[in-house]
Formats: sequence, structure tokens, C-alpha cells
Amino acid sequence: METSKVIHAIYTDDDVLMSAVKKVKAERYHIEEIYTPFPVHGLDKAMGLAPTRIAIAAFMYGLVGLTVATVMMNFIMIEDWPQNIGGKPSFSYIENMPAFVPIMFELTVFFAAHLMVITFYLRSRMWPFKEAENPDPRTTDDHFLMEIAVDGNEEALENLLKDTGAVEINLIDKAH
Amino acid sequence: MYTFSNKLKTFSFILMILGALGVGYGFMTSHKSFEEVETLLAEESHHGGGHAAEASHGAASHDAHAVDNGHGEEAHAEVDEHKEHIEHVQHQIANRPWSALYVAAFFFMMIGLGVLAFYAIQIASQAGWSPVLFRVMEGITAYVLPGALIVLAIAVASGTIGHYNLFVWMDPEVVAHDKLLQGKSGWLSLPWFTIRGLIFIAGWSLYRHFARKFSIAQDTAEDQSNFKKSFRIAAAFLVFFIYSESIMSWDWIMSVDPHWFSTLFGWYVFASMFVSGITVIALITIYLKSRNYLPFVNENHLHDVAKFMFAFSIFWTYLWFSQFMLIWYSNIPEEVTYFISRFNDYQLPFLGMVVMNFVFPILLLMNADYKRIPWFVVMAGLVILFGHYIDIFNMIMPATVGDRWFIGIPEISSILLFAGLFIFVVFTALTKAPLLVKGYPFRKESEDFHY
Repeated sequence: METSKVIHAIYTDDDVLMSAVKKVKAERYHIEEIYTPFPVHGLDKAMGLAPTRIAIAAFMYGLVGLTVATVMMNFIMIEDWPQNIGGKPSFSYIENMPAFVPIMFELTVFFAAHLMVITFYLRSRMWPFKEAENPDPRTTDDHFLMEIAVDGNEEALENLLKDTGAVEINLIDKAH
Repeated sequence: MYTFSNKLKTFSFILMILGALGVGYGFMTSHKSFEEVETLLAEESHHGGGHAAEASHGAASHDAHAVDNGHGEEAHAEVDEHKEHIEHVQHQIANRPWSALYVAAFFFMMIGLGVLAFYAIQIASQAGWSPVLFRVMEGITAYVLPGALIVLAIAVASGTIGHYNLFVWMDPEVVAHDKLLQGKSGWLSLPWFTIRGLIFIAGWSLYRHFARKFSIAQDTAEDQSNFKKSFRIAAAFLVFFIYSESIMSWDWIMSVDPHWFSTLFGWYVFASMFVSGITVIALITIYLKSRNYLPFVNENHLHDVAKFMFAFSIFWTYLWFSQFMLIWYSNIPEEVTYFISRFNDYQLPFLGMVVMNFVFPILLLMNADYKRIPWFVVMAGLVILFGHYIDIFNMIMPATVGDRWFIGIPEISSILLFAGLFIFVVFTALTKAPLLVKGYPFRKESEDFHY
């Protein structure tokens, strides 16, 4: 089994963490991961993470929902059995469309919302009985943890992290 | 301080003069004699116009009358019908310049009023992002008083110096033969209509006057007392506004179709005025920023305004559709005529406005990045504004000119006239005070606003 070493630097304040991230980035170290108990505003920008595309996915799921609703009701109400129900004009989809709009709207929202959430779960690898990947339980409460790959430069990195205000620095062997 | 550039001032005067000339032309050409309308209809029937059947029917009845006097009674009835039809068309033609003027006047008034409501909401909700835009909003609301007085004046004039060109319930002749209008005459009477209008205008203008006064006083004040006062009157105004706006929309718009009524009409008109007002805030902000008068406004503020444009376009659509669909679905004859006349004679504007007010904004303004690009917001904003002009057009015109509508010289000139007046009033008001509220407690937060 191959092992690689990482450093876990632990912080107790999100402002300190933010400035530490900027310093570490400026020194061109690669930050593997950051664990925080709550969303830290602007952290993704400081880390240089690519923006999410989940909104684009949701828009397309919405279009799928709209299509499903339209095709479904056009088949059922207009093509398959165009029955006269209370005098509503079931001769063509467009003539009877106002009656279908509530369903078209709801299915658009339904598809957009649910498929987006499922996409989120898949992309972030979350499901029931999933084993937690938490390196330190304190990061769920009041500690912030930055994980940096070590590449034979332990000492320089440790000094840098100490300067940034880390309260605890651990060298970890990470099994792959 | 903003200085009203001479170029823009000249531009606004040119708009007003061109508009006034066109409006004058519209009034001069709208008084057609009975014979002129008769030949007009006959010509249209030759061209296969919509009145072909009726006009030829009329001509045939003339012949019948001349040849056979034995069928006098029947022929008389047909002649009467022919005469009535021509008088009806004659009245519609005469109504057109009035309606064109009224639609444009109302459109610009509602922008001012929508902004006033938006401004009051920003203060009452203690919004932290918008104070840097307050002076722009205050400038736009300067149009409420003159604009609303003009709308009321046109409405009253149409019933006094005009020939009941907008509101048929003002015509005692019509009311005398109409049971439904007699039943509503307790509400729809000219003096009471005028008094109500004046009360609303007084309420809106008073709020605008004091809000502006407190806002300027706060600039140099040592304490927060002016801010607190403006907060209190904003809350009170919003209560007054929602009642007065609702009643105003029954009076000034819904009563052009006095046989028809709809409960969510007030909200519907409100949505239209609110989204137009917010759009104009965005346009004027972008204009002033491009002239370097608003260095403290950044793309984050633009993003927020564009979000409001987006959201309230959808809100407008929601109300438009709710009103339409409920009436379409139940199809009660006394209600549905409203939409039948619009659907038959105004198909392009009626459906076109849904595209402009809903489909365009939802596709153009959905992307967060696009909401931060000024020219993009300007493009979307112009579509929205034009769409809401068509919306007001669709509310007034079918009741007054019927199928005799066209967007020609009277309509475009009226828009130019009031656009010029609007620009002149608003930009004059903008020169009266610094463009940044100084002592407002949320100013700093707003300057640092970041989304």
C-alpha cells in the first residue's frame, strides 16, 4: 500500500482561516481539502475553486419537466381520447393550453428541483450509510481544518502554517 | 451634484414639441363627419376589410328602402342599424387620440408611482443594498404629482370638454339606458370620481414631499430623527398606497369597461407599475453611472435591481395568467367578453406583451452574469418597458377604439410627449440634491454592498 503524507493545520476562527488560505495559495502550495463546520463566505474564491454548474443543470432539468408535461397531456387529453369535458376545447393542445399551464409549471419545478438535488448528492457523493470522511470530529463543531499535501518540504510548510495562526499542526500518513 | 446636460434638456424639449405636434395632428384628424365614415367603411368593404358584411348589408338596405316602400318598417330598422354602426365607428375614431394620450400619460405616471412604492418599501424594510439609489428613486418620483394630475385631467376632460371619449359611464345619455350603469352610479359619478382621484394624488404627493424632505434633512442632521420619521411615514404610506392604488386602478382603468369587473385587477395593475418603475430605476442608474455621476454604485447594485426586474416580470405574468385563466376556464359570458374582444381584435399586442413581459425577461435575466452587464440590462429593460406600455394599451384601447386601433402617429406622439416631460421633470429633480444620501444610517452598508 502506497502512503503519502499530508499536513492537517487546524484553526479556530474563520477569518484566520481565510487569511491563511490566501497566504498558502500565495506560496503556491496545493490545498487538498478544507473542512469547516459551516459555510465560510468567500472560501471557494480564495481557494480558486471553479464555480458550480448546478444552476445550468437545473435549468435543463426544468426544460425536461416542461417537455414531459406537454407531451404527456397532449397525448392523454388531445390525441388519445379527446373527450368533451365541460365544453373545454380539446381539439388541439394550444386551444386548451390555459388548463394545462398549472401542471406544466409544477412539473417544470418538480423536475428542476428534484433532479438538481439528486445531481448534487451524486456529485458530492452523499447517500445513506455512506462512511463519513471526517479527519477530525472537531471540524463539525468549532474547528477549521486545512489539508495540504507534503512533498519533502515539511519544515518550511510547518513554519508557514504556524505563522498563519494555526493552533495545531499534524503530519499524517494517508493510506490510499 | 448632478447637472442636467444641455443635450439631454434639448432632447427632452424636442420630444415634447414633436409629441405635442403629433397629438395635435391626432385630434385634428379624428373628427370625421358621418359621410366621411360612411365612405371610409364602404372603401374598406371594397378592400375586403373586416366590415365587409356589415357595410354591404347597409348599402343593400338603402337600395331596398328606395325601391320598396311597402317594407318600410323593416327597411327602417336596417337603416337605423346602418346609422348606428356608422355612429359607433365615428365615435371610435374620435376616441383614438384621447385614448392614445391617456395610455401614454398613465404609463409614465405609473412608472413614477411604482418607484414611489418601491422606495417606501426599501425604507420600511430597512434595506441595506439600496440607499445609494435613493436619490435616483426620489428623482423619478418627482413625476408622480404632475403625471397623476395630468392623467386625472385627461380623464375628467374626456367627460367634460370631450364627448365621453374614455369612460362611457360619464355619458348621462348612456347611463339613462343602462340598468347596470345605473346600479353603479353611486360609485361611478364624475364629481365623486374627481374627488377620489384628488385624494389619492394628494396622499401620494404628500408622502413624496415629506420623504424627500426628511431624506435631505438627514444629510446634515446630527441624529437619526429624520430617518425614524421617514421610516414611520413609509410604513403608513404603504398602507394608504395599497388601498388607493387598488381603487385608482378600478377608477382610472377598469371603469373604461364599466360592465366588467375583476377582483385581482388592482394587483395586476400594481405588478405592471412596479416592474416598470424598477426597470426605469435601472435604466436611469445605468445612464447616470455611464456619465460618472454615481461612482458609489457598482455592478452588485445593478445585479439586485435586475433581480427585481426578473422577479416582478414573473409576478406580473402570474397575475396576468391568473386573471385570464380563471375567466377563460369558467367562461361566464358577462366576464369573458373582456377577453374575447381582446383576443379577436388585439391578438398580436395581447399575446405579444406576454412574450415581451415574460419570455424575454425570463430568458435574458435568468443568468446571474448577464444581470451584471449594463447593456444587457438596458436591452431587457427596454423590452419590459415596451411590453408594459402594450399592457396598458390593451387595458384601455379595446374599450374605447375597439378594432379601430393602430400604433400610429397619435400613439407614438403621445409617448414622445410624455417621455419628454418625464425626462425633463425627473432630471430636473435629480439636480436638486446630491446623488448620495449622506446621513442615512445604511449608507455605508450600501456602499460596501457586495453580492
